[in-house]
Parts: sequence; C-alpha cells; structure tokens
Amino acid sequence: MSNRLVNILVPGVSVILGLLVGAVVMMVSGYDPVEGYIALWNGIFGDAYTIGETIRQITPYILAGLAVAFAFRTGLFNIGVEGQLIVGWFAAAYVGITFDELPKMIHLPLAIIAAALAGALWGFIPGLLKAKFKVHEVIVTIMMNYIALHTSNALIRAVSDGGDNTGGINPTASLRSEFLENMTDFSRLHYGILIALAMVLVMWLILEKTTRGFELKAVGLNQHASEYAGMNVNKNIILAMVISGAFAGLAGAMEALGTFGYASVKGGFTGIGFDGIAVALLGANTPLGVIFGATLFGSLKYGATNMPNEAGIPEEIVSIIIAIIIFFVASGYVIRLLLERFSKKKEAK
Amino acid sequence: MTKRKFGLALSMVLAASTILGACGADKEETKKGNGGEEKNDFSVAMVTDVGGVDDKSFNQSAWEGIKEFGADNGLEKGDGGIDYLQSKSDADYNTNLNKLVRRDFDLVFGVGYKMQESVEEISKQKQDNKFAIIDSVVDQPNVASVLFKEQEGSYLAGVAAALMTKSKKIGFVGGMESDVIERFEAGFLEGVKAVDPSIKVDVQYAGAFDKAELGKTTANRMYSSGVDIIFHAAGGTGNGVFAEAKELKTKNPDSYVWVIGVDSDQYEEGAVGDTNVTLTSMLKRVDIAVQDLTKLAMEDKFPGGETSVYGLAEDGVALADSRGAIPEDVLAQIDEYAKKIADGDVVVPETVE
Repeated sequence: MSNRLVNILVPGVSVILGLLVGAVVMMVSGYDPVEGYIALWNGIFGDAYTIGETIRQITPYILAGLAVAFAFRTGLFNIGVEGQLIVGWFAAAYVGITFDELPKMIHLPLAIIAAALAGALWGFIPGLLKAKFKVHEVIVTIMMNYIALHTSNALIRAVSDGGDNTGGINPTASLRSEFLENMTDFSRLHYGILIALAMVLVMWLILEKTTRGFELKAVGLNQHASEYAGMNVNKNIILAMVISGAFAGLAGAMEALGTFGYASVKGGFTGIGFDGIAVALLGANTPLGVIFGATLFGSLKYGATNMPNEAGIPEEIVSIIIAIIIFFVASGYVIRLLLERFSKKKEAK
Repeated sequence: MTKRKFGLALSMVLAASTILGACGADKEETKKGNGGEEKNDFSVAMVTDVGGVDDKSFNQSAWEGIKEFGADNGLEKGDGGIDYLQSKSDADYNTNLNKLVRRDFDLVFGVGYKMQESVEEISKQKQDNKFAIIDSVVDQPNVASVLFKEQEGSYLAGVAAALMTKSKKIGFVGGMESDVIERFEAGFLEGVKAVDPSIKVDVQYAGAFDKAELGKTTANRMYSSGVDIIFHAAGGTGNGVFAEAKELKTKNPDSYVWVIGVDSDQYEEGAVGDTNVTLTSMLKRVDIAVQDLTKLAMEDKFPGGETSVYGLAEDGVALADSRGAIPEDVLAQIDEYAKKIADGDVVVPETVE
C-alpha cells in the first residue's frame, strides 16, 4: 500500500470507527444513531446561525491550543492556560468597561493587549520559577489556575461593588459587529477569529523564521545540547512561557470582548484551557495542526449541544459519543499500524 | 514530513465528516416540513443554568412546574409541547435560548439569575417571542421577570432555628455571594433576631453551588464549634452539609444536629436510618410561579415587561412539613410570624445591614 493512501485512509478510518462505536453506544442505549448524527451535523453546519456559533466556539480553542503547543515546542507543559485565560478575560473586560471616551481604533487594541499582557504575566511567574529554581512548571501552573480563578472573582466583585458581573463593555472595545450578526442570524460570531488566525501565523513565523524560534525549539529538543551550543536556556524558558501565556490571555479576550462582552464571577474553570491541551496534541503542536484540532474539537463540542435538542439524546450519552470520536481520531497511530500489518499480509500472499 | 502527514490527516478528518454529514441534510428538511402543521397548542420550554435539571433545587422545581402544566394540558415532551435544555457552561445560555426559540416554543424560561444578560440579549433580537426569567429582572416588553421574596421564607426558617436551638449557635451556609443569596441570609438573620437577639449566627459562603465537599468541611467546622442547626442556601454545595450532619448522627444517634433545607423539600436528603436530620426546608415554589406565568401566557395575558414577586402571601415561599421534627407549639409560633409577614405587619429586609 502506498504511503499516500495510508495517509488518507488513517484519519478517514479513525473517524468512521469513532462514529460507528458512537452509533453502537446510541443503539445500545435505545436511541436512533442516524437521527443523532443528523442532529450533530445540523448543530455544526445546519444554517448560518449554527455555523457562526461553531466558529465562535472554535476561536478560543485555537488560541488555547496555540498556547499549549508553543510551550510544548520548548519542552514545557503549560497546564496553566486556563488560569492565563481567566486573567486575560478579566483584564480585557476591565479595560473594556473602564475607558469610555476612547475611539475604537485605540480602545479595542488596548483591551486586547491588556489581556495578552495579563496572560503573559501569569505565564511569566511559572517560567521564572522554572528557570531560576527548577520548580516544575506543571505544579506551578496548576496552582496559578486557582489563584487566577479566585483573584479574578474577587476583582470582579470589587469592580462591580459586590455584584457578580462587571457589566457590559463599551461598544468601542467590542469585537462583535452588526455585519457578522446580520450575516449569521444573530449568532455571537465576532472578529476574534481573525485575531486567532493571525496568531497562528505569528506562531509559525516565530518558530520557523526567527533565530529566537530556532533557539526555543532547540531548548525543547535538548536542553543540555542547547546550553552547550551557547544558548541561554533560562531566558528561552521564560520567554516561551510568556508567549504561551500571551496566547492564552488572548483566548480570554475573545470571551470578554466577543462572546460574552463582560466578565462574571465563576464557580469553576471554563474548561477551554484544559481542552487546549487536547487541541494542541491533536494538532501535533504545529500552528496549522492547531487550527484543525480546534476545528474538530470546537465543532464537535458545539454541535453536540444540538443532540439533546433535536434528537432527544441525553447529555451524558452525547458526552460519551464525542469522547469516543475524539479518542479514535487521537489514536490514529494504532489504525496506521493495523493497516500496515494488513497490507503486509496481503503482500505475503 | 511527519508534520505534513498529520496536517493532511486532519484535513481528511474534516473532509470525511463533511461527506458523512451531507448524507443527513436532506432528511432533516423533510422533517421540519412535517413539524410545522402540528403546532396548534401552547408550548413552553426552559433553559437550566449550569446546575442541570436534576439539581434537587430550583432548576428541578421549574421543570416540575412545566411538567405539571404539560400534564394538565395534554402536552408531550418535544416540539410543540414541553421541553428543557441543560447548559454546561455560561457560554451555552445564549445558544440554548436561541435553539428553543427556533423550535417555535411559545414561551421560553431562563432559570436562574446567571442568565440575565443572555435573556436580555436574545429577547432584543427576537422581539416576537415571549421569554421569562426566574430570579432576575430583564426590562424588555417581551420578557416577564419572576422574583421571590426569599427573605420571607428564610425569616421563618430563622424563627424555627432560633426556637429549636439548644446551644444558641446557628449556622448559615451560602453558595455564591449574590443578591438572591443575600436575601436568604438577610431574612434568616432577621428571623433569628426576632426570637432571640443573643443567638449567634455563623455565616459562611462556599463560593460555589456545586462543591459538596466544601459544604461538608464548612458544616464540620460549624458543628464542632457548637452550632446545632445549619440553614443552607447553596444548591449542590448544601448536599455536603447534609452529608456531614448525617455522619454525625450515624456516629452518635443522640447528637442534636439539624439541617434546614432549601428551595425544595429536602426531607429525603436528610434520612439516616429511621431518623432524619432535616428540621424543615425553606420552599421556593418556582414550580408555582412557572405554572402561573405559563397559564397567563396561554390565555394571552402574558405580563411582558412586568416583574411578578412571589412572597408568603402568594404562596411563593413557605416552610416544608417538618414531619414531627418541630413540636406543635413551636409550629404555632412560626405560624404567627408567618401571618404577620403575609399581612404586612412585619417587613423583612432584603439586604444584610
């Protein structure tokens, strides 16, 4: 079997297998799989509204995925994307509500930059601790998530005089547009997707076209060799976490300035940051891969909410089905192995 | 090379899903066509907040109200009848409300104050549709708002706790700090004070409605500091308060520990063998409010742009049957307080001073 054929077959087979196993789960629990998958499809691409909402859902996933992927390339496991996203969310919302006489040309970029800086700061601390004191970034970033959650909650209360919502941001800081809303029947699609795609390009440029990016990747591949080659490993670790945090902060800005238009007190994590880990891994930690990972993840997650709505399948079963599909896509390697063995047997005959 | 392979792989995934999905698209259209003719009766649906429809609290109560309305009017779950959608995160509120509007439900409820912004936004976009929100106010001509005087029911809970406590120490466990939960706290404190100002009330907030383990540790601290009755207004977090009380009761059946439940009758939550740690529950009759509003809407008397407030006088809040946990003479005293509030002789404050 030719290499190209295998490359085409593997993902196709994994998705079909995932869908089949999902169908079995639906049948066993007494629901019509065809109806279920139609509902899933309509939930993703049904009409202009759902397409708009699907893209809206994909936007923060792209940025969260980029954040995780970027740290991974430098050999760092940033589990703190969730926390960096939350501080970015608050920072963007704060700038959005505080300044009200600024023109959009200044206000919007200011809010976005504030979010990126807040996220970068939240990434800088674990980076610094890792570089200077060899504290493992996984531990620090997990703890920073909790600090972010409760600090932002306290700040939201302070800003809103004890309320649980900052109130809407000024329109000059909003990423939303009437044009996109009218085009998609009032979905919450906003211009953030352009920012997310631009950041994909930025990450690619940094990693592939700059000396700094080469160093970052080198540190990720082999720290000791990089040090021996005269690179400043500590500086690169901190820089990687700062850039990763900035991507995560931007994901928060998408929520603050696009989807919600406010920041509210949260009882728990949003989950976007954690899903970003899966997005990055599905995308093999490459900028382009992250787009596909985020598209798959975001559409399945959003489309799945239509399955209880249209096909009456309970939430719990839907979660299982979506998990199975993602599981099969992620385990494409196993299918590749099986395919190769299968073709070898054929040749032997 | 491997990178390129992966990219290709993923693009194929997308292509495959596109092809698979395309098979389904036509069938859907025919289905929609059939559905249009059936719609001749009044239909109603609701969106839960992140607590879910089986939260043993106000989401569940709201759904029970809708179910009862459905049973009275011969409506089935599904299009043109009654239905609910659960929200898994705050981002789902808008889309869930929209989905129900698109399925042509005549009235869509948003349950919980966290949905205020979403109901406001969607109601502005879909001005021909009717909406209702529980526990918050949305000032739009096509939205009916429902508020409860939680402070009045909590006042009675406070009276009951103050009359029943032996240690003169009472606890209050709140979920997240908000206007709604503050009404619970304010009423409870006021009720305790009305009976005996010397009683100490330990007030704690867990910061979440879905963290039973936090409720348990908070209750543990309170009970070991001498508190004997805890009133919780914390949804799922409150289940931890029950767990702790039941544990104490199991260890020592003679221990004097009680919990006052919230929103719905939580008697079953407090069962320990033959005994029970539930003193009573402060009922918030979301189901009654939901049914009232739905009936009004069906009769074309939908109170759009208005806020209905359910207090003791409207049977919107009450204490549940204590099933013998509270003696008759104490119940009589509680009834007196209830009458004073219903008649307007006592006005319970909404906020903690």
